[in-house]
Amino acid sequence: MIEINHVNKWYGPTFQVLKDCTTSVAKGEVVVVCGPSGSGKSTLIKCVNALEPIQGGDITLDGVKVNDPKTDLPKLRSRVGMVFQHFELFPHLRIIDNLCLAQEKVLGRKHSDAMAKGMKLLERVGLKDHAKKYPAELSGGQQQRVAIARALAMDPIAMLFDEPTSALDPEMISEVLDVMVDLAREGMTMMVVTHEMGFANKVADRVIFMDRGEIVEDAKKADFFGTPRSDRAQKFLSKILQH
Amino acid sequence: MLGNFDFDVIRRALPYLFFEGMRFTLTLTALAAFGGLVFGTLIALMRLSSYKWLGRIAGFYVDFIRSLPLVLVIFWFYFLVPYIGQWLTGASRPITVGAFASSLITFIAFEAAYFSEIMRAGIQSISKGQPAAASALGLTYAQSMRYVVLPQAFRNMLPVLLTQTIVLFQDTSLVYVLSIPDFLGAASKVAQRDGRLVEMYLFAALVYFVISCVASFGVRRLQSRIAIVR
Repeated sequence: MIEINHVNKWYGPTFQVLKDCTTSVAKGEVVVVCGPSGSGKSTLIKCVNALEPIQGGDITLDGVKVNDPKTDLPKLRSRVGMVFQHFELFPHLRIIDNLCLAQEKVLGRKHSDAMAKGMKLLERVGLKDHAKKYPAELSGGQQQRVAIARALAMDPIAMLFDEPTSALDPEMISEVLDVMVDLAREGMTMMVVTHEMGFANKVADRVIFMDRGEIVEDAKKADFFGTPRSDRAQKFLSKILQH
Repeated sequence: MLGNFDFDVIRRALPYLFFEGMRFTLTLTALAAFGGLVFGTLIALMRLSSYKWLGRIAGFYVDFIRSLPLVLVIFWFYFLVPYIGQWLTGASRPITVGAFASSLITFIAFEAAYFSEIMRAGIQSISKGQPAAASALGLTYAQSMRYVVLPQAFRNMLPVLLTQTIVLFQDTSLVYVLSIPDFLGAASKVAQRDGRLVEMYLFAALVYFVISCVASFGVRRLQSRIAIVR
């Protein structure tokens, strides 16, 4: 589904954020990307739907080359859902309109169809009663669930999560993770940048560990949590699992 | 001085002052503000564009306009453009550009420069995550601007845009140099005709003052009401 081949990326002429990254996410697979901050994991996931350009290598998404100048990027992006660290709901639109905007303007769905789809998804994330509210009236956890529903409204073939719980208060993290776990169990293809090792342990098929722009470890979940091969991943895991 | 202040001269001139003069002033203000906003937004988008040369052209235009006195341009436009038009079209006589059209174009050109700076600040005040989220949903650049970024930028900037429009309302009085009967021009005409300079100019000042004050007060009320909830 997602193929990342020898990807290199620089910020400016000297600072290399991604160094020869190669990995893939198969259909229905859940891959968790972890690593210390500044390791390039968020950058990597943003390259998958070309929110960030790459300078070397190739990324293909469902057979379409992402870094080809001829690729219709808006169309490609409409097929993968993305959830951001800071939710990025549109504050001037009501919750339901947040869900309808792209359905109507990008997919050309009728307003009534978009509304029906939107309400169904809001019900699914447990926020049907909040449809008429504005994003600022919701808690962080609720906003993030709306953001997930907004991405799902486009019927994506895969979902990208960029630290979806890092900006949340601790008591709101689980309500977001619950939605993500459900999604994973239904067979959604997911690439998730997160520090939530509990989530990784529960639903991930593979775990990728990144450090300083490199993919240091790319292993099956059991292998990763059992016996990580690299020192760096071992140190990271021991620190993060200590408490 | 106020002993022989003649209120009746004002009363008799009221229909002319308001139905002719004020109507012209308000029409010019509204059209110039609208045109300025449309072109100002375009210039702001050019300045923020990733095409460097587009940004440079827009930047030059804004700096150029802001370095010229408005009165001078109103004059210049009115008296020189007919000849430039003649030269451009090869006509035998100077083309006619009406006083209204010429002043409207001048004001739109000026306001576009001022509004563009306001809109640029407004667009830059929207966090980068918003257009990123819009793109991630598959919206094109134009759609993301139209449905996500600009509505928020307008809302953030509305008080400043309206305040600039109040300034524009006052600036339109400069068209009196073309002998156009805007509100000030009309008052000045009556003043000359009836020899009542003190009454008419005081009254004109009072009207501008009251309208601008009320409008400023309204903007402040609006500001506290629409402050965007985040």
